[in-house]
Amino acid sequence: MFKPNLIAAAVALACASAALAQDADSSKIREELKQMKDDYEQRVRALEKRVSEAEATAGKSERGTPAGAVAGRSGESAFNPAISLILQGTYANTSQDPETYQITGFVPSGGEVGPPKRSFGLDETELVVSANVDPYFRGHLVAALTPENEVEVEEAYFQTLALGKGFTLKGGRYFSGIGYQNEIHQHAWDFQDAPLPYKAFLGGQLKQDGLQLRWVAPTPFFLELGAEATSGDQFPGSDRNKNGTNGGSVFGHVGGDIGPSYAWRAGVSYLKATAQDRPYEDVDSVGGAVTNSFTGDAKLWIVDAILKWAPNGNPARTNFKLQGEYFSFEQDGTLTYDDTGGTNAFGTVASSFATDQSGWYAQGVWQFMPRWRVGYRYDRLDRGTVTNGIVNNGLGPTAADFPVLADHNPSRNTVMIDWSPSEFSRLRVQYASDESRIGVTDRVFIVQYIMSLGAHGAHKF
Amino acid sequence: MKWLKIAMTALLAALAAPASAALNIFACEPEWGALAKELAGEKASIYVATTALQDPHRIEARPSLIARARTADLVVCSGAELEIGWLPLLQSQSGNPKIQTGQAGLFEAADHVALLEVPRVLDRSQGDVHPGGNPHIHLSPYNIEEVAVALAQRMAQIDSGEAAHYQVRTKAFLERWRQAIVRWEREGAPLKGMPIVVHHKDLTYLSKWLGLREIGELEPKPGLPPTVSHLSNLLSRLGRDPAKAVVRSAYSDPQAAEWLSARAKIPAVTLPFTVGGSDKAKDLFGLYDDTLSRLLAVNK
Repeated sequence: MFKPNLIAAAVALACASAALAQDADSSKIREELKQMKDDYEQRVRALEKRVSEAEATAGKSERGTPAGAVAGRSGESAFNPAISLILQGTYANTSQDPETYQITGFVPSGGEVGPPKRSFGLDETELVVSANVDPYFRGHLVAALTPENEVEVEEAYFQTLALGKGFTLKGGRYFSGIGYQNEIHQHAWDFQDAPLPYKAFLGGQLKQDGLQLRWVAPTPFFLELGAEATSGDQFPGSDRNKNGTNGGSVFGHVGGDIGPSYAWRAGVSYLKATAQDRPYEDVDSVGGAVTNSFTGDAKLWIVDAILKWAPNGNPARTNFKLQGEYFSFEQDGTLTYDDTGGTNAFGTVASSFATDQSGWYAQGVWQFMPRWRVGYRYDRLDRGTVTNGIVNNGLGPTAADFPVLADHNPSRNTVMIDWSPSEFSRLRVQYASDESRIGVTDRVFIVQYIMSLGAHGAHKF
Repeated sequence: MKWLKIAMTALLAALAAPASAALNIFACEPEWGALAKELAGEKASIYVATTALQDPHRIEARPSLIARARTADLVVCSGAELEIGWLPLLQSQSGNPKIQTGQAGLFEAADHVALLEVPRVLDRSQGDVHPGGNPHIHLSPYNIEEVAVALAQRMAQIDSGEAAHYQVRTKAFLERWRQAIVRWEREGAPLKGMPIVVHHKDLTYLSKWLGLREIGELEPKPGLPPTVSHLSNLLSRLGRDPAKAVVRSAYSDPQAAEWLSARAKIPAVTLPFTVGGSDKAKDLFGLYDDTLSRLLAVNK
């Protein structure tokens, strides 16, 4: 009721000042104008005061819009799902050619696990769409636009809302619940790339097609159990063109708070997968192309723990995050060596093959002032034992014909500093001294940006 | 397989535990925990997810919160997207159908009052704006009154056996509350027109009610930490249009307020903001009493 008056007053004032300003030489008029202005300002202030008094005392008379009934929420777009977009890109300097990247001593996992391409490059652009389907299901899609101009379905799953008793069923394609970092999207990682054990044993990150059942216990502390049945297509499994499930996992997590300042979570996971003719490329002792393929079972154990600290539980100013995971990985089956595409010295030979390997990483990230964080990560793989029947039984090829499996324990030191102007943007500089390859150290320098547009994301603990 | 055994034992122990008869309430913020306590008394078992020293925008869906959300019959939050960064995760990870959006077990206070500062333009260049309006509604006593009525109805709906109990307690609470409002408005009358600088736009409803004049914010845009250039601009503005105090809430970083207070030579006041934010803010009445006395102390 007061606003039209205010606007009218402002318009009148504006007109008056425009008209009067033309009469530039008259200081008397200027003086009058100033008085008028002061007068109006006083009156506006008085009006404002009256408005707020009226609103405060009347309370119910000056009704606004309750949050639940946002105006303009009608028509076809009213039910549009929440959409957000993540833009990511890098600038990279590497002392070694990224094309030659390998984790020596370990069967290649087939994932895109090397450092980013040199110079400027894009990371995956993620389009996230999610909404409740109905009272019973929620749907979620993450489509990745790759720098190679392809579209990949990163995650596409439904999730139940109404099973009750703490149960949630998820179906479709999703990041497996094993370990800690596996379920977290790359844009929310604290470093540009995955730790070495993820690269060596899970192809960077395990996403799979299947079903996942989780159960949260009705306890005051956090206890969660989960199981997955999957097609097992991705490393360490492979597509077997077979009915039924081809892999699965179980995991359990516990967690809680220690006082108001600390929160933690720890877990154990077990994954089993079966591979059939899972190939990897290598070269023989004279540089000829070789295709090896593995058929057999793979088992992976992960122990994970994370501890977060923030003074009084308020991370706005400073906070610290300590995270670590240990992996134990076994494979048992048959390896087939095929150099018919190269020197054809031995043709195709096959024998028993088993590995018993492990790896771990630990990282700490400290926000030392608002917007700024520094982090350090150490990751390491232990080659353990590789029992290669082809070499041991003298079927022809020697250890020199399996250079990828050479005796090497890869390790890496990584430091990063990032700056987040707001919750929605982050710039990062990362440097790694990477001894993934045998005999050489790759010095990897990366500048990265991460921008989130659209719906406000909610990040997992 | 030892861990599996341990997990199974814990599981069985959990299942064997008798379900408590009381209404399990999960309060997102201390003010709603306190209000629920006023209305339900001993009939509810109340878990408060955050403290007065935590910024309700910046809470993580910690394991402990998921565990508590799992057993909640009723989740009481501010709403208006204040908890957008964590409540959706609690809903999707707790496996609790009662607290899903649209169910009676999710009560959002902002749905029951008139919101101020509903943005005309929705664009993140304006900072972390809330599309529905300013969600920090609990520092207007009239909002508390309206939320109390709605919350009591919701409690009675979920726990119909105790409906009469909630009704009686709510009536008694509202009576005391209305008397207190009369007292607060009498005591707070001198605060009308008092010019203040705030840290974040979280005192809007209090200012509206008491007639405080907010002439600046320490945050350059909502949700962004204060910058030196913004504070310097603010300081020179205060030279022309002086404020009586720099007012911040207990959870916000004191540095910026202290910086401005020292240079503008005006006192810095820390308000409890919510229940537990000061020694005296033990319940909603104490929260308002202490807030008023702290403001009156610097309004000289």
